[in-house]
Amino acid sequence: MGRKLLLEHINVPGINTLEVYRQKGGYRAVEKALKTLTPDEVVEEVKKSGLRGRGGAGFPTGMKWSFLAKPEGVARYLVCNADESEPGTFKDRYLMTYIPHALIEGMIVSSFALGANTSYIYVRGEMMPQIRILEKAIAEAKAAGFLGKNILGTGYDLELYVQPGGGAYICGEETALLESLEGKRGNPRIKPPFPAIAGLYGCPTVVNNVESIAAVVPIINDGGDEYAKVGIGRSTGTKLISASGNLVKPGVYEIELGLPVEEFIYSDEYCGGIANGKRLKATVAGGSSVPILPANLTLKYANGEPRLMSYESLSEGGFATGTMMGSGGFIAFDEDQCIVRNTWNFARFYHHESCGQCSPCREGTGWLEKVLHRLEYGHGKMSDIDLLVDVSKKIEGNTICPLGDAAAWPVASAIRHFRDEFEWHVKEPVKSLSSNYGLANYAVPIERKVEEVKQDNL
Amino acid sequence: MSDLMKVTIDGITVEVAPGTSILNAARQIGGDIVPPAMCYYSKLEGSGGKCRTCIVKVTKGSEKDPRPMPKLVASCRTTVMDGMEVQNITSPEVLEARNGVVEMLLINHPLDCPICDQAGECDLQNLGYENGLQRTRYEFERRTFERIDIGDKIQLHMNRCILCYRCVFTADQITNKRVHGILNRGDHSEISTYIQTAVDNDFSGNVIDVCPVGALTDRTFRFKNRVWFTKPVDAHRDCNHEKCNGKVTLWYKGADVLRVTARKDQFGEVEEFICNECRFEKKATADWTIEHPTHIPDTSVISSNHYETFKPLPVIKENLALQEANKVELEKTSKF
Repeated sequence: MGRKLLLEHINVPGINTLEVYRQKGGYRAVEKALKTLTPDEVVEEVKKSGLRGRGGAGFPTGMKWSFLAKPEGVARYLVCNADESEPGTFKDRYLMTYIPHALIEGMIVSSFALGANTSYIYVRGEMMPQIRILEKAIAEAKAAGFLGKNILGTGYDLELYVQPGGGAYICGEETALLESLEGKRGNPRIKPPFPAIAGLYGCPTVVNNVESIAAVVPIINDGGDEYAKVGIGRSTGTKLISASGNLVKPGVYEIELGLPVEEFIYSDEYCGGIANGKRLKATVAGGSSVPILPANLTLKYANGEPRLMSYESLSEGGFATGTMMGSGGFIAFDEDQCIVRNTWNFARFYHHESCGQCSPCREGTGWLEKVLHRLEYGHGKMSDIDLLVDVSKKIEGNTICPLGDAAAWPVASAIRHFRDEFEWHVKEPVKSLSSNYGLANYAVPIERKVEEVKQDNL
Repeated sequence: MSDLMKVTIDGITVEVAPGTSILNAARQIGGDIVPPAMCYYSKLEGSGGKCRTCIVKVTKGSEKDPRPMPKLVASCRTTVMDGMEVQNITSPEVLEARNGVVEMLLINHPLDCPICDQAGECDLQNLGYENGLQRTRYEFERRTFERIDIGDKIQLHMNRCILCYRCVFTADQITNKRVHGILNRGDHSEISTYIQTAVDNDFSGNVIDVCPVGALTDRTFRFKNRVWFTKPVDAHRDCNHEKCNGKVTLWYKGADVLRVTARKDQFGEVEEFICNECRFEKKATADWTIEHPTHIPDTSVISSNHYETFKPLPVIKENLALQEANKVELEKTSKF
């Protein structure tokens, strides 16, 4: 059994209430941090823990906190990014639904560390039940004296607010989130200045993912060094993975980073293999915006070494043969799934969610979607495949925010790895409407390459 | 130690004040190395960064931190650092990316230049001419919108819009009532006024001048003439409006003033905003004091039939077939 830090007590009845959460050791971190540590010591612990942002980019959280500008007399803000809307990712929703107090406890400790007296949880508008759950939990915490003025008699004040968003994917980008929180149209800002210098209302702001903030609680409870022992290399701690697709047991799993991908998919502790006795064809390892990989490259590197669930290992091989950890939305496709259709579906999503501010993303996402639609419905041409690669290249890296990259990568990687299937759609326009390309050679195991040892003649 | 910062753009070094953007530093050098800007407008606070045509490559971040920037950056919103080295037209990567951006800008553009009032002074036309493909790779229906009349003087032709947000900034910054903005998102977003109310402000006509394309046009000039058949003349009048100083360009056809615009500098930006009275009401020579003919750069199509230019167009110089076809004309020009 892997170690559980966030979801340890998830199955305890009533863990969503303050009373049960307290019985299971909740709010220890608040007491420890506020009574025995200084804010700088909390930041130091988080730095030591090696915690990396769980929202997608994987930027070290402690480092992000230490970049926060601290001018005299200017308010600082902590904003929790709960605008989770990436296709394939649903870990934050799970966490907020079942143990909302873990997030609130993390918010209190993190706000204390950053010196913020007002903090916001920006929740996606569609998550109305979670908003109510959080508001109820905040009221409970306030009644118990963990929020409000003079928390636990330490003289630290904190007000915590839940703000529902309008349900736009783009508002998960941190500067668009801040714009939206200020009541404006959710367009990403042009950086610099970064939010650590001028964020919400022009004040220094830190924006963190729900899971990153919740992970601060075990770090303070056990110490940063203890947390850093979990995991592998620079990927420390545990990570929530929301597994979906053709799996026997899809759901949210807490894994120790460094778990082999093969074990995650096939072991009974986690996903339990591919549903209905089918074979794995492809995976998207970190939510829709990371590159898609065929089955063989999911399990092994190009040189035959096993791939692990960690930031470094998933991105091993770069864009040619690797993918990314992303936000942990693990989607598995079995042999009956059509990659062209899936790519079109993703492109349709990004086309719909592009904010329309900068030209490559606004026009390019629509173009990608239309060409992919044509391919999927049997009107494609051979030249369309190269056109897609070219258009995605023109979007990538030329946009204000990462949404352009997120739209371009799935398309580029699908063509890189599944070009045969795209070509088959062009060659067999009628057949491709009624049947699928199948598994082909996408799951052929990669042999471990034995390095030739030069033997000198004895 | 001076306060000026040294920045090198395409091998040309210039010293600029701290806080200057790369684009403005390049404009101080001038010439071909100035990146094109479709959305940045120096007179409008907060503009820029959206169209991505001005992207450049920073090969050296600064003297202190010589690492190059990982991505191409929008030169209009990136401030210079001391010792920065920038590549614009010397970098094939930049040119390729810019061609890509121009292609993106054009895929949903109706390309109705033959019936567009902006043709001849359109930034997108110039940009497409310099950086565009000769053909389109986009084979789908282009998005279309209905034309909207913003008041009785301005028409919004959303099909042509490239969403530079310049008019939004103009409308925001000249009035305290926010009635002009963007609706929807993605490639179906559109410029709109609040439930189609007219922007009612003495300076609202300036949105026509800031529009880089033909999306916002002057209804009093609509289909009157092609700009290259008109003669621009600088003029001024005593304007009663406190914020307007009455310095304009009059566009003549024969003895008639067909339209009035603000004066534009070499980068296509207006020098000073003018009021609606000057723009729409005063269309008789008697209203104005004429100064002199407006200087139009000889690369502009507007100057092609008028003043000093009798030189063959650059495109003819390079192409033997065109030289042959224009033989008679070229012989004429050689006389001057």
